Amino acid sequence: MSEIMMDDNGEKKIDDKTMDNVEILAKLALTGEERYKAMAEMEKILSYVDKLNELDTKDVEPLVHVMPHTNVFREDEIENDDGAEATLSNAPKKKENQFMVPKTV
Amino acid sequence: MAKQYETVIGLEVHVELATKTKIFCGCSTRFGGAVNSHTCPVCTGMPGALPVLNKKVVKFAIALGKATNCTITQYCRFDRKNYFYPDNPQNYQISQLYLPICRDGHIDVETSNGTKTIRIHEMHMEEDAGKLIHDNYEDCSLVDYNRSGVPLIEIVSEPDMRTADEVIAYLEKLRMICQYLGVSDCKLQEGSMRADVNLSVREIGSEKLGTRTEMKNLNSFKAILHAIEGERERQIELLESGREIIQETRRWDDNKEASFTMRSKEDAKDYRYFPEPDLQPILISDQWIDEIKAKQPEFQPEKAERYKEEYGLSDYDTDILTQNRHMADMFEETAKLCGNPKKAANWFMGEVLRTLKDKAMDPEELTFSPKNLAAIIKAMDEGKINQGNAQKVFAQVFISDVEPLAYMEEHGLMMVSDAGAIEKVVDEVLAENEGVIADYHNGKDKAFGFLVGQVMKKMKGKGDPAKVNEVLKGKL
Ligand SMILES: [Zn+2]
Repeated sequence: MSEIMMDDNGEKKIDDKTMDNVEILAKLALTGEERYKAMAEMEKILSYVDKLNELDTKDVEPLVHVMPHTNVFREDEIENDDGAEATLSNAPKKKENQFMVPKTV
Repeated sequence: MAKQYETVIGLEVHVELATKTKIFCGCSTRFGGAVNSHTCPVCTGMPGALPVLNKKVVKFAIALGKATNCTITQYCRFDRKNYFYPDNPQNYQISQLYLPICRDGHIDVETSNGTKTIRIHEMHMEEDAGKLIHDNYEDCSLVDYNRSGVPLIEIVSEPDMRTADEVIAYLEKLRMICQYLGVSDCKLQEGSMRADVNLSVREIGSEKLGTRTEMKNLNSFKAILHAIEGERERQIELLESGREIIQETRRWDDNKEASFTMRSKEDAKDYRYFPEPDLQPILISDQWIDEIKAKQPEFQPEKAERYKEEYGLSDYDTDILTQNRHMADMFEETAKLCGNPKKAANWFMGEVLRTLKDKAMDPEELTFSPKNLAAIIKAMDEGKINQGNAQKVFAQVFISDVEPLAYMEEHGLMMVSDAGAIEKVVDEVLAENEGVIADYHNGKDKAFGFLVGQVMKKMKGKGDPAKVNEVLKGKL
């Protein structure tokens, strides 16, 4: 989250530069109004999450999983038959059993 | 005096693992299936689908790590690498950033300047992406997810290589280790081994690393050699003309034999990694590591040493015979079955390698049965077939694994040792060469050789030489 600056002064966290980067990463092309609205909403979300910063977590180990399980494996055995039909059944556009997407180089 | 530059190269090598199924689902990894036939909700990123880790992938990663002197990360985890691209249906790739399975390894490679140690920074497990094909007719892209979720190990070296030769030696060594372990077939052309080259240049004597670029899409040793040469030149030119090298990713174009920048605003590198919530951590016990280590095969250096001692083969022969484990196994089996390791080695060094070269095949693709080559070697020892015909039979064994004795019989390639048949021909030759017989009796040694030659010629080379000599001597 390198571009999303958190500052302590209650100033804007989502500036234009940050929003430009978010649009690139999320492949969004927003209109002026949409962009304005999105920036305000993201600002709100980050302020909300900021609440967590009030907690002292200095001596708390980061928790990745709630469940205590480890080593959940499957054996290397083929379980699936030809999945082409099911995989493509919801494709908005397809051609010869392949997904059709905008030209991507 | 012109400045002298040194090239500094580090590699990121991806090897596709030889598992039967994908890393997180039970779909087949087999090559060449109908498009999208090897797919399911997991490997196509359908909402709600959950990945379950293929145990074999972890075993292979540990085996490869131990074979390359790495430390195994005994508490390891997966992370999400986020990016949008149509070949990546989940919009993230499951990979490892924070706790990669193997770290701090090294391998020794042989170069023209002697042995060099290349350090391995880390290895991580991850999933492959799908395949995009451009459709000219519709001016769109078509996506096949058969490769999506195929297990990969990425091997990241330290920037320890200085020349293209060292890079090739390192890749060949990695490939050999993977093939010996059976973790990957490592075919560059088919993409089961891929190398990205990180390269920078600096003035000789400088300790500081220059700005590096990363080159992708290198799918042959030739492309790697040319890309390294070209990128070195390009960077030196920039520096010499006082310009700056931009840290960027460049794509190698095999047809144009040049690399082009891939940098664009869509390629902003910000993957926002975070720990993968759908997969539980992996705990690797000492016992598990020991079990895997105990099952490691005999690697090339030990095998070569053993061939020298047990079979008395030369350094050169052992080196070549052990480059590929599959070929080494076939050679050993042939040697055992025919009881003559030296002759078996000669066949592999000669006919087998020559045929592979003629057919532009890889040793990995050898399919004939060692027992059939052993039968040919035995038949030669017993004088049942001559060299030329043995080669003819082997050509058939190589292609369709025919049973040599039956084939020789059927095609009349057997030596004739039947006394009656030889006598008949000898009589003919003697009747035609009265002058030579006189020479023989006058003590001209050459005359005897000439007569043997005539008999063999009439028998199209299939007369058993010992028998022919014997019959001829008797008649004279
Ligand atoms: Zn699947």
